Amino acid sequence: MDRRMDADRAALGRGAAGGVRRVAAARAALLPLLLYALPLGFLALFFFFPLGAILRLSVGVRTAVDADDLAYFMRVVGFSAWLGAASAALTLLVALPGAYMFARFRFPGAVALRALATVPFVLPTVVVAAAFGELLGPRGLLPAGLARLLPAGAPPLALERSIWLVLLAHIFFNYSIVLRIVGGFWAGIDVRLEQAAAVLGASRWRAFRYVTLPLLLPAIGAAALLVFIYCFASFSIVLILGGAQMATVEVEIYRQTAQMLRLDVASALALVQIAVTLLATMAYTRLQERTSLALAARGHGANARPPRTLGERLLIVANALLILLLIGTPLAALALRSLASADGTPTLAFYHALGQNTTRSLFFVPPLVAVRNSLLFAMATVALSLAVGVPAAYLLAQGRRGGWLTRVLDPLFTLPLGTSAVTLGLGYIVAFGAWGWQRSPLMVPVAHSLLAFPLVVRSLLPALRALDQRLREAARTLGASPLQVLRQIDLPLLAPAMLVGAVYAFTISLGDFGAVLLIGQNEYPTIPLVIYRFLGRPGGLNYGQAMALCTILMLVSLACFALLERARPPQAEL
Amino acid sequence: MRRQMTAAMLALTLLAACGQSAAAPTPTPAPATTAPAPAATEPAPAATEPTAAATAPAAEPSAPGQQLVVMSHDSFNVSADVIKAFEQQNNVSVKILQSGDAGSALNQAILNKNAPQADVFFGVDNTFLSRALDADIFAPYQSPALADVPAKFQLDPSYRLTPIDYGYISLNYDKAYLAQSNLAVPASLRDLTKPEWKGKLVVENPATSSPGLAFLLATVAEFGTSGDYTYLDFWKELRANDVLVSDGWDEAYNTQFSGASGKGPRPLVVSYTSSPPAEVIYSETPLTDAPTGVITAGSFLQVEFAGVLKGSKQPELAQKFIDFMLGAPFQQDMPLQMFVYPVLPSATLPEAFTKYSVLPESTKDIAPADISAHRDEWIDAWTQTVLR
Repeated sequence: MDRRMDADRAALGRGAAGGVRRVAAARAALLPLLLYALPLGFLALFFFFPLGAILRLSVGVRTAVDADDLAYFMRVVGFSAWLGAASAALTLLVALPGAYMFARFRFPGAVALRALATVPFVLPTVVVAAAFGELLGPRGLLPAGLARLLPAGAPPLALERSIWLVLLAHIFFNYSIVLRIVGGFWAGIDVRLEQAAAVLGASRWRAFRYVTLPLLLPAIGAAALLVFIYCFASFSIVLILGGAQMATVEVEIYRQTAQMLRLDVASALALVQIAVTLLATMAYTRLQERTSLALAARGHGANARPPRTLGERLLIVANALLILLLIGTPLAALALRSLASADGTPTLAFYHALGQNTTRSLFFVPPLVAVRNSLLFAMATVALSLAVGVPAAYLLAQGRRGGWLTRVLDPLFTLPLGTSAVTLGLGYIVAFGAWGWQRSPLMVPVAHSLLAFPLVVRSLLPALRALDQRLREAARTLGASPLQVLRQIDLPLLAPAMLVGAVYAFTISLGDFGAVLLIGQNEYPTIPLVIYRFLGRPGGLNYGQAMALCTILMLVSLACFALLERARPPQAEL
Repeated sequence: MRRQMTAAMLALTLLAACGQSAAAPTPTPAPATTAPAPAATEPAPAATEPTAAATAPAAEPSAPGQQLVVMSHDSFNVSADVIKAFEQQNNVSVKILQSGDAGSALNQAILNKNAPQADVFFGVDNTFLSRALDADIFAPYQSPALADVPAKFQLDPSYRLTPIDYGYISLNYDKAYLAQSNLAVPASLRDLTKPEWKGKLVVENPATSSPGLAFLLATVAEFGTSGDYTYLDFWKELRANDVLVSDGWDEAYNTQFSGASGKGPRPLVVSYTSSPPAEVIYSETPLTDAPTGVITAGSFLQVEFAGVLKGSKQPELAQKFIDFMLGAPFQQDMPLQMFVYPVLPSATLPEAFTKYSVLPESTKDIAPADISAHRDEWIDAWTQTVLR
């Protein structure tokens, strides 16, 4: 389909185009070139340069690594890969029905449910572990409830420290990636295609299997890739819920860097992690190449309708219950804990204490200041990561499929996700230390954007590739300037995908703790930083305040997600 | 219409982001504490004027131009008015850089050796002492205040690192749990391998946590590395007795330990001798007794040092800061801010520290040079024995 378009374009160029038009075209080509320099420059300066600096340091150092260590490292890599794949598969399985529901049906409470599903992304892992403990732990709500239901003497629920708990937590954290990336794309697939198949006699299943699923594959692939990379590099979830026995590569990198300062071993491991990310992305790129099709996408919402049959209503109820159970209950357990003393009596003491600097500490942060700092960093991250990510996605989408440009750039743009934060943090210190850059508050949104950038690109790419060139061509022949095409064709059609990217950029920034700490930025403390300060000290008041601040973080994110959803056009006019 | 709105929203977001990041630096003054919270019944001992509104953030420079930068780990804490006094006396503003955990912060200082980020570094402990000295990042300075500091804390004869505070890593136990289960407090480390303590202990991973490393060193000091029962034999037995390994202190204490506020299942945890006083000071409701207690057997002494970084452009001022850290106001401020003990014997301790905690009468220590020579080897052997 695409090739025909290229031919059409060539014919157009040969025909009526005169010299004047060629000059205009050259000028028009300069703008994209400048635009494309932005993501490449950004990555070069803030990713490859610091990464290179740390790798350079490790050259020349030789730590003896014996066969035992090597075998162990191999096992760790194998376990990480297995964990990533299993988590991705399970998350897809659990979240695809939800994606379908949000894509095809309009029902009251949809925005709230989707916002709720995204909240886990911003929560510090230690807190989520605490929430699971409040709920599933030996003295948690669920076993207490079960004990009341089950006969005395029944074996207690032993979820503690099992691989199932780790997988459950991975689904909990990544559910919304599938929901948003696949769901967002699905919403744009013209429902009339399926209807046509049905008219031609296909059953619902056949229509899905042979019409919708092939069209969905790029988005499913993108979501699976992201979940895989996140879980492959999973650090604290595995440590906390799985115990120190389950180490991933990232854990080893931390151990070798922060504790032992064996930069060569750490770098070698970091390279392994990068290589796995590269391989995964390349596999995904191939899938994308084979499956992407230009579609007559319809504006968001045009394909959704209220549920009609009993089956459809049941589907919605079942999915909503799943989200409430899987994601809602641990979050509710957290919020409840922030409102109650250890013995269960209701109290507002923790919220009250947040505003008081009882020890006159120099580092006291009023909760509103932490919220403000977090929101400012998050907004700057959304702006920066879209500014860098949108041109990057265009660059990938415009490159000919299977062309060298796509082959090289696509994996490069995903690398920041698969790179150890510890390694990169040290890289910043080595690379920017001499100029004092890494202490600048501006480095916080830069670091957050680097983490958000692959997500922005991944959310946009399936939508961009599905964009029907004919729409653009038609607009051009009708006399629209490239900018007009961008504003009137691309933007409305891409708005849902851009929203997905924006939500994730916002979320990553809001929930980040590691990057802030590695950059050593403590002049503008964020909510997660303050939460960790509370968790770092003994005492019920500190614990309660951490829970209270977590609840505030959840509420702030819920409100922001709802606002972001409202910011997009409810229905593109097409 | 709608299309224009989207474009306008985008532009607005961008504008807002730019505008706000430029406007952000105005620090909002913290609200004065009007009513003391129930926990703060004792006034901070260091506050010379308890009524002074000690709420101005330190970022506010008292003298334009001169700034002293102090690099530390993220557990560093101090009262605002204590720092303020130093700033006023020396007409300088103090900026504190918190750079990750103790190991990460020191590594950053080492990697930035040629372009130091700070004038003073605080937070090298005896487990990292040799690495810091070998990396040669500190300039020698013998503070006159050292004369009053006991010899057992003075571990650097070259005077590049000055002891500031100390503490003990020790086992903490949940009083209520032990009473309910009719368990007596274990008298020795060896007791932990007995069947009644099966599945009751949580420790931190020595490869990722400093109390975890300290506890490993305590077992090395206790059982030794050769003979018929070495520290590894002890750990083998602990593993068989279902010891739980956590990644860091936060998780071990908050989510696995039953004596803290989380709903953890295990009554024994590796923590500090100062944790029970902290439980009382930071309790939700006023307590008459600490909910947790200290087991002195198997404690490990941790001394924290500060030093003037080589390449500091204002070494005299940096030295003054070292003196200041050994002065009474700072020394007496530390216990409630960082839950450590002052090295100055004349410094008064808060009541909670003497009432709810005990210090081990003597501990078996390991020389910093030995720790440095064998740390990686011990951690690796531990990892092989306990985790793999």
